[in-house]
Amino acid sequence: MTARPILDHTAEPRGSRGLLHDTWVIAKRGLVHMRRQPEQLTDATVQPVMFVLLFAYVFGGAIAVPGGGEYREFLMGGIFAQTVVFTAFGVAVGLANDRKNQAIDRFRSLPIARGAVLSGHALTNLLKAMLPIVLMSLCGLIIGWRIRSGIGDAVLGYGLLLGFSFAMIWVGILLGSVVPSPEGVTGIGFTVLFPLTFMASTFVPTSTMPGILRVVAEWNPVTTLSDAARILFGNPNTPPMPSDPWSIAHPIAYTVIWIVGIIVVCAPLAVRSYEKSLEK
Amino acid sequence: MTNEHAVHARGLVKRFGEKVALAGVDFEVKTGTVTAILGPNGAGKTTAVRILATLSEATEGEATVAGFDVRTQGHEVRRRIGLAAQDATVDPLLTGRENLIMLGELHQMSRAEASARAEELLGEFSLLDAADRRVSTYSGGMRRRLDLGATMVAHPSVLFLDEPTTGLDPRARNELWGVLDTLVERGTTVLLTTQYLDEAERLADDIIVIDHGRIIARGDARTLKRELGGDHVQIVLVEVDRLPDAARLLEQVTGAKVAIDAGIRSVVAAAPNGVDTLVEVARSLASAGIAVEDLSIRQPTLDEVFIALTDSPAYDDDSVEAAQSGARP
Repeated sequence: MTARPILDHTAEPRGSRGLLHDTWVIAKRGLVHMRRQPEQLTDATVQPVMFVLLFAYVFGGAIAVPGGGEYREFLMGGIFAQTVVFTAFGVAVGLANDRKNQAIDRFRSLPIARGAVLSGHALTNLLKAMLPIVLMSLCGLIIGWRIRSGIGDAVLGYGLLLGFSFAMIWVGILLGSVVPSPEGVTGIGFTVLFPLTFMASTFVPTSTMPGILRVVAEWNPVTTLSDAARILFGNPNTPPMPSDPWSIAHPIAYTVIWIVGIIVVCAPLAVRSYEKSLEK
Repeated sequence: MTNEHAVHARGLVKRFGEKVALAGVDFEVKTGTVTAILGPNGAGKTTAVRILATLSEATEGEATVAGFDVRTQGHEVRRRIGLAAQDATVDPLLTGRENLIMLGELHQMSRAEASARAEELLGEFSLLDAADRRVSTYSGGMRRRLDLGATMVAHPSVLFLDEPTTGLDPRARNELWGVLDTLVERGTTVLLTTQYLDEAERLADDIIVIDHGRIIARGDARTLKRELGGDHVQIVLVEVDRLPDAARLLEQVTGAKVAIDAGIRSVVAAAPNGVDTLVEVARSLASAGIAVEDLSIRQPTLDEVFIALTDSPAYDDDSVEAAQSGARP
């Protein structure tokens, strides 16, 4: 092969290889970032493991599961749900960083498929979301958590967690497009998402909560995602009561509605605010 | 596709709400030439480049790049351009090689082609030794070279370089000029923006001077100087403290705008009556008791041209400091 000159005006530009190809190239970059910046992964690795250990051993003894059963097993569904909600963080910070250092401008000056930048980010984060789920499962196994349901239910359980991750990715893109700086993203994430994961059945049964807080928790999808995971993995959960609202009585269906709802509402909003954030 | 004009812009207007970034500019860049858009911060340089590189849409007006409409044929434009944005936008967490390969793949090359092209460019831009190090470990100059290499990945027919040397130390700047010279010799069409007059003079065939979103002058460096022509009188002081006095005095005598350069303790203004003005200035200086190191009459520099054109110095305080620390020879 003879070396081509550095400039070659006769070279015809190539045809496009499509959205999937471009998405994958951009996602690969995100995966390299993840590998080379392990400290950025603490929210997906160290933090959930820390919560498992803290709640299992520090608070766990003081919390009783209403229907009986091991608190450590009850806990796992909640921490899975919390971890999944935090998916939005990583997406938002990554996007805000890309915007800040103008990486997005460079991508947009290339002949790539429209939408490839966002779908690349989304794919990276979906793959990234699997990491804490696997890690938590291992950590759970060590402290005595077991999947006590059938394979079908277990697969459904993990599927539901990933589905919610996917929805949270769009929340993250929205957040990353609206908030101007990576620091701002972290700030908002902590003041909004963090309490949201605590006003739920994540760590304690909602039945112990007072009045209005209990109502909020009962309709909080983090509660139903936690409960759904417990049910699908065959772990102890607060037993159903006739007075339960619809959300608590049908946690899986209610969670799926939220997943679909978040995607339907947030995805177009996210794409729009992302595109708006580029107009400067 | 051959066009006489690689870039053709007509009536470009860009508004951000109330703010007018571009107030209707017309210009073209001849194929195979280098054009510099020269102007201070906020003049609209970057906005113009962003519109041409399809990153931003003009509020009014139209433009073609390599024969394609930036508004309706953006994808075709993007296949034929290279853009180096103001801050080198290469990925700091990837190695130099990985950056180039990724961009090659995004230019729709196969992995093997992209690798081969990366190798070529790393050699071309003297980065082979650092090829497999993360870009975060690169010096500013190396980063810019990689960034320039990155714009060349797909053999673009038009290059946009937005302030290619801003923030570089003088050595890295000279080095980068050398690299740009080679590109230019090979006949690439380049549109670059700069705040540095010497950079425009050195690299560009044509210069477009813009300020507040309007083109206020254009032509080659020689023409620009001639158009604004006339002799200039320059006073170099012994004591920097007397600069304001000298400036006031010079303005009184010449009735012209005065340019101050604290770094070399100099004030300059157009001399309406040539040597007579010089004599008058000398007399006034003596009676005001201002000690002078040098007093001369000469042709205007491009810097002074700019001041005459824009009503304001080309540099804000920050860049004057940068200039004094050596960014400007």
